[in-house]
Amino acid sequence: MNDRKENKAKSRRDFLQSTARYTLAISIGGIGGLVASKSKTGDYLWQIDPFVCTQCGRCADECVLTPSAVKCFHAFDLCGYCDLCGGYFKPGVMDLNTGGENQLCPTAAIKRNFVEDPFFEYTIDEDLCIGCGKCVKGCSSFGNGSLHLQINQDLCVNCNQCAIARMCPSDAITRVPASNPYKVKGDFIKSNT
Amino acid sequence: MNRQFFKIVSIFSGLLISVITFAQQRFPRPDFESDYKSPSILVPEPRHGWMEYMDVFILFIVLSLATWFVLKKRSRKGVLYLSLFTLIYFGFYRNGCICSIGAIQNVTLALVDPMYAISLTALAFFMLPLLFALFAGRVFCGGACPLGAIQDLIIIKPIELPIGIRKALGVIPYLYLGLSILFAATKTDFIICRYDPFVGIFRMDASFNMLVLGGSFLIIGMFVGRPYCRFLCPYGVLLNWTSSVSKKHLTITPSECIDCKLCERSCPMDAINKPVTEPVSRKKDINRFVLSVIIIPILMLAGGYIVSKSHVYLSKVNRTVSLAELLITHPELKADPDHIDIQTFLASGKTMDSLVQEATVIREQFRIGGWILGAFFGLSFGIMFSKKTIYRNRTDYEPDKGNCVSCGRCMDFCPVGKEDFETLMKLKS
Repeated sequence: MNDRKENKAKSRRDFLQSTARYTLAISIGGIGGLVASKSKTGDYLWQIDPFVCTQCGRCADECVLTPSAVKCFHAFDLCGYCDLCGGYFKPGVMDLNTGGENQLCPTAAIKRNFVEDPFFEYTIDEDLCIGCGKCVKGCSSFGNGSLHLQINQDLCVNCNQCAIARMCPSDAITRVPASNPYKVKGDFIKSNT
Repeated sequence: MNRQFFKIVSIFSGLLISVITFAQQRFPRPDFESDYKSPSILVPEPRHGWMEYMDVFILFIVLSLATWFVLKKRSRKGVLYLSLFTLIYFGFYRNGCICSIGAIQNVTLALVDPMYAISLTALAFFMLPLLFALFAGRVFCGGACPLGAIQDLIIIKPIELPIGIRKALGVIPYLYLGLSILFAATKTDFIICRYDPFVGIFRMDASFNMLVLGGSFLIIGMFVGRPYCRFLCPYGVLLNWTSSVSKKHLTITPSECIDCKLCERSCPMDAINKPVTEPVSRKKDINRFVLSVIIIPILMLAGGYIVSKSHVYLSKVNRTVSLAELLITHPELKADPDHIDIQTFLASGKTMDSLVQEATVIREQFRIGGWILGAFFGLSFGIMFSKKTIYRNRTDYEPDKGNCVSCGRCMDFCPVGKEDFETLMKLKS
């Protein structure tokens, strides 16, 4: 009698357990199926839209990496190769030379190379760049806007929620498909239309 | 000379207006007389896409191996080496991203936001450990979770926590899970990822506060087994549910338990249930159970009411809401040139009305979410209470299916089936 009672209790417990198990399995499968129906193959990465970016300077501080994975990119085909470069020089400098006191970049990450009179080429040393966007602001305000900020996908650790995107005041950082991971400025006129 | 003059004029006008415009190419690209060719823009490639699928594949392999080690091989060593691999691969090599714990938020966002399409990798990371838990218990925690692995490897001298403290702290994961889902669903923040104490250690780079948090978790973890897993991990809640009804589960002893009590102190997670033979009156027991079940809807209603009442405070975490609030309460800040958020908002040309409207919508989402969240809290606490009323006679030492993380320590302590023990028993008889 006692044995039967025990068995009954046991089978009831088994029944309840397996019911709960199948219910959970179905609900997990259901959620999975629901989500999978709109899922995408391939991953997402974070990227800055340079046309939305306001160069607030937070990219340098908010990234989980030090220095930030945000770097200044230079679209050479947009560059005017100006002698007086708004991205390289502080406003109002007297002498257009590479003296540290003249440079806008806090880490001297922009290299100024003479091409031919009166043109200079500006290249970015990514190891020095901290992504503060000071040069970008200068170039956009006074020049062609060929300097712009992008997330270097080789450095970015692709956080689930980008720490900079959260703090970006202009919501310029969004998820982009991994197949097209950059929003570099190319043909100036085209990107604007 | 003319060109130089033009530049200077434009710089001054730029200074005066000091508005960022992308109007046009101010200085056309020069025609170089020398054979200078401008370099092309360098775009360093991201990690290959197929490697994401390799992560899923490796997770599957690790989970299968952990299941095999725990159920079939009964090898603590196997689980240990597996967790070491997990720590190195998913932790230090993959920098703790992607992880199943954070994937809760991706799934939530995918369910709520029609614009967000979750990547298959994140979905697989969310589903696989749960499905394995339904079959074999929390093998994910034991072998495949980098956060679990780092805590498991530093356990030195675990103390047994009093049951009261354990139960009280055990409530936190439910709150954390609920809040993280609420914040993910309202597109406010991914708090699980932001306050992950170990991800900074995996990246070898973290802010001071997070380093202190991670460090203190590790120091506490030397004496309290896996503090994050037990008292914080939101994914652990889901694994607890699935694991407690799992088809198979780790057993301490390979055959008959001999009640030797050797395993009693082996579990750093206090997840071993001791034998109980409490003579309880069945009628009283059932009455208490029925009562606790009746209370559940009341708890759900009360929880929903309380949390939805506090939606105003919860919604302050959202940046749109907080910006709108700030502008309404402190309109004088509009003149503050150093306030980046306000200045960007003003420069964007959005009207105050549209911002307030946006904030109102989000706050309403928080109010509805608050009801659901509170009901969820009520339900989980109610179930927790009603579980306490169920007594089950236990003659053996058994792992608590919900809380056991399948680290396999107890299996090492059990003498049954071990060579020395069997010979000893033979000699005795």
